[in-house]
Amino acid sequence: MTSTTFTRATVPDRHGRFGPFGGKFVPETLMNALEELEKAFAEAQQDPAFLAELSSLLDKYAGRPTPLYYAARMTEALGGARIYLKREDLNHTGAHKLNNALGQGLLARRMGKKAIIAETGAGQHGVASATVAAKLGLSCKVFMGEEDIKRQELNVFRMKLLGAEVIPVTSGTRTLKDATNEAIRYWVSHVDDTFYVIGSVVGPHPYPYMVREFQKVIGEETRSQILRQIGRLPDEVVACVGGGSNAIGMFYPFLHDEVKLRGVEAAGHGLDTGKHAATLTLGRPGVIHGSLTYLLQDEFGQVQEAHSISAGLDYPGVGPEHAYLKESKRVTYTSVTDEEALAAVQFLCRTEGIIPALESAHAVAEVMKLAPRRPKDVVIVICLSGRGDKDVAAIQAALGKAAQGGLDA
Amino acid sequence: MITVDNRIDRLFADRTKKRFIPYLTAGDPSLEVTARLIPALVEAGADLLELGVPYSDPLADGPTIQRASQRSLAAGTTIVDVLHLVGRMRERGIAIPLVLFSYYNPVLQYGLDRFFADLAACGADGIVIPDLPVEENREAMRAAKQHGMHLISLVAPTSEARIAMIGEQAGGFLYCVSSLGVTGVRESLPDDLGQFLQKVKASTQTPIAVGFGISTPEQVSLVAEHADGVVVGSAIVQEVERNLPLLTDPDKVEEGIEQIKRFVQRLYGALQ
Repeated sequence: MTSTTFTRATVPDRHGRFGPFGGKFVPETLMNALEELEKAFAEAQQDPAFLAELSSLLDKYAGRPTPLYYAARMTEALGGARIYLKREDLNHTGAHKLNNALGQGLLARRMGKKAIIAETGAGQHGVASATVAAKLGLSCKVFMGEEDIKRQELNVFRMKLLGAEVIPVTSGTRTLKDATNEAIRYWVSHVDDTFYVIGSVVGPHPYPYMVREFQKVIGEETRSQILRQIGRLPDEVVACVGGGSNAIGMFYPFLHDEVKLRGVEAAGHGLDTGKHAATLTLGRPGVIHGSLTYLLQDEFGQVQEAHSISAGLDYPGVGPEHAYLKESKRVTYTSVTDEEALAAVQFLCRTEGIIPALESAHAVAEVMKLAPRRPKDVVIVICLSGRGDKDVAAIQAALGKAAQGGLDA
Repeated sequence: MITVDNRIDRLFADRTKKRFIPYLTAGDPSLEVTARLIPALVEAGADLLELGVPYSDPLADGPTIQRASQRSLAAGTTIVDVLHLVGRMRERGIAIPLVLFSYYNPVLQYGLDRFFADLAACGADGIVIPDLPVEENREAMRAAKQHGMHLISLVAPTSEARIAMIGEQAGGFLYCVSSLGVTGVRESLPDDLGQFLQKVKASTQTPIAVGFGISTPEQVSLVAEHADGVVVGSAIVQEVERNLPLLTDPDKVEEGIEQIKRFVQRLYGALQ
């Protein structure tokens, strides 16, 4: 599959393939629902009333467009490239996740579904889904791994406050992977009246495509904002990648421009420790959650446990479009460790007064390495996908541990 | 197309008989125990045996088979071991059709051509891949046919307009999912199950077997009215789980196997 080339051809194709990746690897019970969803989404995209309602909600409810902000002190501290932050952390509910949840929520209502379900890792997609359910009068169940419930206590309470039911998942690794398994299992049993709001550009077709369409507003805004602010496109755009929805949303409108794109995965304790979530860096193509994509797996095709301090990146798969962008070499994928991400949180707090989510801190950490090596006329945009309030307890615990001798202790 | 002599086709050649299809997760709790359970199930009346390949992320399975999968993986079972197990059963004279049940990724990583070649070589007759719908199965279907193996297709109550398309390419038998949901014991089967199965039968010449949620002798005989075969999985795996203390004790393993055999005999009895 090394011969995959990046073209202007529309991806995905009608089989939901991004080059060789994507597809619909799900139980037969779900196939009809996916076909219905595909049809409903295609119709909605052609319906001016649907698009107008979504656009109005993004504007008046979510607070879009989010600012593109020149990070002067960060730039100065790093002494190289000029750094801009796309402030998705200022989106309602605190992350880019709401863009997609609003889109899918409106689609669920349009399809006559009264109940939505969602999986969540860090809890940001769960909160976004619970928010949209409350706003649209739908019932909402959120599947969340027990391990993540522990490290994202604040978001669990937010979901409950918003009226959602949080269902703890105790199978497997008790993180995002198994929360997604459990959501799919529930969907198989309730497919006739339930809409599954997937939170990232993962899962069977049409989800990776649909979520990209709802998230590309990030890159579209960034593109016109930077043109307005500096009169040209940026040289580089950097975003973190777990499932990869903020990255795809940011990258997609720049794919055909002369702009370098860089996705940052979680290296966890380090790439050579076996405790990481660097799927594109160290995985191989395989099938997970209905999609052929890069996957952390053993030689027999058993899915391996991922690790990241960031619950939102702690996932052994990745969106199939990222697999395509990697193989076609359009996007460069790198990784940063837990330790580097934590340092980036502190750095951004102190230089800009912004507490980033641990997920987004991975992109910041990458730019901390990159910017000093670039000349001062180079412009880099970071997708600051979410705010870090949800992580404060985890950060406190990790820094406490670090003070006692080593983050990995 | 070359007509290959496949045990599944021979089994279903006589459509007047109802066939009993038990399922076991291979390697639960160990490959040794599975190797002893298979002959016991054959003695108890199994006409065809489905052998599950354990998987880390079995998203079409309920908690019972998930736990069995985890026990098997914890014991170190691999897909290669399961193929060897089939080979050993053939050497010991087990003659009924043997069909694997595996998620797609282990098969894909093995390599489709190599996998179906080895599947045929070990003496298996086919495979059920629950996460490989018709739209995605072209290469696997080609490889299966090339080696005389059946890639068993599934239809679900939600398949509707897809039933005809699926029925058209189905070989061996068509696996009908009884109701919405994952594998696992259910208190009752849907009222319209008969109608669904009639619809399926009307659209294909291929024999049909029904599975998912069938756990009692009553359910077995009810379903058999509308089908050529009845699959019982989770109920048997639950019985394995219940007897783990016996099955994992070298002095009592025989007793455990006897328990499971008697349980399966009662299910089989409902077909007669």
